[in-house]
Amino acid sequence: MSATESAQKIQAKFGDLVSAPSEFRGEISVRLADAEKIFDVCSFAKTQLGFDYLVDISSVDQYGEDPRWTVVYHLRGLGHGQELRVSTQVSEEKSELPSVFAVWRTANWHEREIYDMMGIRFTGHPDLRRILMWEGYPYFPLRKDFPLAGKPTDLPGVAFTQPAPLEGGPFVTVAGGKDSIDREPRVRNPET
Amino acid sequence: MPTQSEYAYDSKIEGDIIVTRVDAALNWFRANSVWPMPMGLACCAIELMASGASRFDISRFGSEVMRFSPRQSDCMIVAGTVTYKMATCVKRIYDQMAEPKWVIAMGACASTGGMYRSYAVLQGVDHIIPVDVYVSGCPPRPEAVLDALMKLQGKIRTQPVLQNLNVVKSLAGTNQS
Repeated sequence: MSATESAQKIQAKFGDLVSAPSEFRGEISVRLADAEKIFDVCSFAKTQLGFDYLVDISSVDQYGEDPRWTVVYHLRGLGHGQELRVSTQVSEEKSELPSVFAVWRTANWHEREIYDMMGIRFTGHPDLRRILMWEGYPYFPLRKDFPLAGKPTDLPGVAFTQPAPLEGGPFVTVAGGKDSIDREPRVRNPET
Repeated sequence: MPTQSEYAYDSKIEGDIIVTRVDAALNWFRANSVWPMPMGLACCAIELMASGASRFDISRFGSEVMRFSPRQSDCMIVAGTVTYKMATCVKRIYDQMAEPKWVIAMGACASTGGMYRSYAVLQGVDHIIPVDVYVSGCPPRPEAVLDALMKLQGKIRTQPVLQNLNVVKSLAGTNQS
């Protein structure tokens, strides 16, 4: 059974909620319209379609668009070797979707990381704490409206942060320039 | 049974006596037994391990005794990226080290934050603790670490030990009076 057939089975099961499978460079993706159904889709994919391994969960900040958050689940079946990508969207007001911890236990830390970096919460997660930053850090640093240099914070006895000096940066490298002056890291700010 | 000692010139022990200043002798001891506190935080720690291994052999300079206890070490080698989350721990370990103590900031990250101009990385360990020697490189070669150690030894040799003791003594005297 190919990944496309798996995606079609999900589509047959959940109907209009799931988009037709799209293919890019041999990888199959489906979009789920209702984020509240993500647990059911993942549970179905694991128990009925053999996707027994959750490779990763990632989140995308579509800043300025609505819905703002895209959460992407990368599934893999170790038995049949197929990969499938399931994405769903969450609005900024809600910023919440069901945890898939009960399907794959590895989702525990993936979801904690997304909560830490993006501030998207997972209902039903057994232990939704920050995983990289410390408890009490007030920001979600991977959001697009968070400055690259960071913001000053101070939590006495725990940690502090200060904005990093960017000196006009970030300095960006461009591949494929005609000489090394073109290719070397320079300030390439699209706004200026 | 001899009842009195010979204080006169004794040709038998000539050559076994070296005359020096106490300062210089203490500094000589200190400079040649700098026990490092390996604060290995990132890839620089791998080069630090190489410095300790037989090919580069940090024990040639008396520093092979890597102590993982701050109480027993003299020189903290901050090898790697100091994140803000780790900064508190680094400061705490430095505070736990007994005087006299020195710090080597090994590599670009420990010296300035390196390529991490980021919300999460301390922009140089000298924001929280005083640094004696900065080592460039990303990561530095073991030779550079050894060079930093030799520079630190040079600094230790010039530090006045007893003058500071006198200052402490005079301070203690004023407190008592």
